[in-house]
Amino acid sequence: MSTVPPSTPPPPHVEKMRAENLGAKFPDAVALRGITMPVIEHKVTAVIGPSGCGKSTFIRCLNRMHEVVPGATTSGDVLLDGKSIYGSAVDPVGVRRKVGMVFQKPNPFPEMSVRDNVLSGLRLNGIRPASPDVVVEAALTQAAMWDEMRDSLDRPGGSLSGGQQQRLCIARCLALEPEVILMDEPCSSLDPIATARIEELIHDLRERYTIVIVTHSMQQAARVSDLTAFFYLGELVEYGLADVLFTRPEDPRTEEYITGRFG
Amino acid sequence: MSDAARVRTLASRRASESFVRGLAAGVTALTVVGLASVLFSVVGYGARGLSMTTLTALPRPAGVPGGGVANAIVGTLLLVALACAIALPVGLLAGIHLAEARTGKLVRLARTAADALAAVPSVVFGIFVFGVLVAWMKHFSALAGGAALALTMIPTVTRATEVAVRAVPERLREAALALGATRHRVIAQVVLPSAARGIATGVLLAVGRAAGEAAPLLFTAWESRFFCDDLREPTASLPVSIFTYTISPYDDLHAQAWAAALVLVSLVLVFQVTARLLSKRRDDVS
Ligand SMILES: Nc1ncnc2c1ncn2[C@@H]1O[C@H](COP(=O)(O)OP(=O)(O)OP(=O)(O)O)[C@@H](O)[C@H]1O
Ligand SMILES: [Mg+2]
Repeated sequence: MSTVPPSTPPPPHVEKMRAENLGAKFPDAVALRGITMPVIEHKVTAVIGPSGCGKSTFIRCLNRMHEVVPGATTSGDVLLDGKSIYGSAVDPVGVRRKVGMVFQKPNPFPEMSVRDNVLSGLRLNGIRPASPDVVVEAALTQAAMWDEMRDSLDRPGGSLSGGQQQRLCIARCLALEPEVILMDEPCSSLDPIATARIEELIHDLRERYTIVIVTHSMQQAARVSDLTAFFYLGELVEYGLADVLFTRPEDPRTEEYITGRFG
Repeated sequence: MSDAARVRTLASRRASESFVRGLAAGVTALTVVGLASVLFSVVGYGARGLSMTTLTALPRPAGVPGGGVANAIVGTLLLVALACAIALPVGLLAGIHLAEARTGKLVRLARTAADALAAVPSVVFGIFVFGVLVAWMKHFSALAGGAALALTMIPTVTRATEVAVRAVPERLREAALALGATRHRVIAQVVLPSAARGIATGVLLAVGRAAGEAAPLLFTAWESRFFCDDLREPTASLPVSIFTYTISPYDDLHAQAWAAALVLVSLVLVFQVTARLLSKRRDDVS
């Protein structure tokens, strides 16, 4: 099976990132093969597919987090603004500052205060913001939790509810002013109300950022994404405009998946 | 199986179970009684010999009343501080490295070495430092005593650090890495603060044990009748004072040995209780 070229040509766009014949391996398994697809600037790209098809691995290749797993390797290339992020002269630390990530399980630093959590990204990069309060308020506002948190800035991150923790992680990511935000099933441990808030948030964030979101929920992908990629067994089966992919899929496997016949 | 047989096995199982339970209770009671009688006699005899003079005065020649063990108290604190100055950097760095590197020949070797060191009787560290440092400097010294105690502490500190660092959840490391932190910053700003309580617990246990050691000090720090004002000179310490006073033939020195023992036990208790409190708090949080 060859990589399937985008069947529906995306609208006029700027390619923020691009995977080129991207492959990824773990010591004992091949997780991705020959992925070629663009990530369009200021759009939300959803990655869907059955469990184990390589969605997490794919987005972890986009900010060089895949190689953090001992023995994990990549092949092919990923471009950010047209330049390879896997070049020998490229520092993965710089890539991760531009391409932020929100994980499936909320992972705020549990003993740090809400405030310090928001500032942690800057501090971990050795940056002392001139006016930390402004940074904290701006990031929490963008993450739609300033009103809720303004009086609890000293509470430890670990004491928040799951949905608050996840939005705190988003705020922490935003405080670094990344260009791309990768989200790995950010709502999987949240209730419908918290999920709705995060979906709204994603909608708003699109104005300023480029977003790639992994999700298990077809409804969520249809709701939040402009473009959708369907992965199956480590390969990209179909990629295109979300409304087209969900209503008139080209590939029979996509159709089977979105109609719920497997996965 | 017939009903009768089933009843019999049930009965015999119950009997053997209650026998084992009784045995365990008995042994536990014995331990408690043993511990209590040690504490009791230390407190009983120690309190009798203990006074302000014991805590603040220097030793007097045998037979002259009114001496104290002030120099030994200061000496023990000094030796422990010296030992920490040597053992903490070594043990912390080694422990962090063992935990973060995880695999590799050198790492396995270092881990085995730390375990082996932990099993070495402390008197051997004394002989070792005697053979190296004391022989080279040509006399006993506080430095040598501190070095010997440091050797007894390093394995504990190393392994406690390794365990505490390993217990830091991987997802916190990933969170920090994904924010663009370098490995070093991840360790310094995320891993170590999360592991701090566990490390402190291990350090305090090691310090408590080192403070009570006499064997490694007998031929390194030796003893002294004065306050130690030069690290290159010998120094008194509580465990060695207890030893020399106890084997002396004088009653008032025996009383001082008990008093010194009480001071030592209180000191060690402070370390142990602090360690306990720290590890308790850690359990509460996680
Ligand atoms: N740390 C790892 N070590 C070895 N193999 C791994 C590891 N993580 C993932 N894999 C394998 O790589 C493949 C892709 O995994 P990945 O986590 O990317 O799937 P996914 O699409 O995100 O699945 P899910 O929807 O369940 O999160 C799977 O076959 C999985 O078994
Ligand atoms: Mg996944």
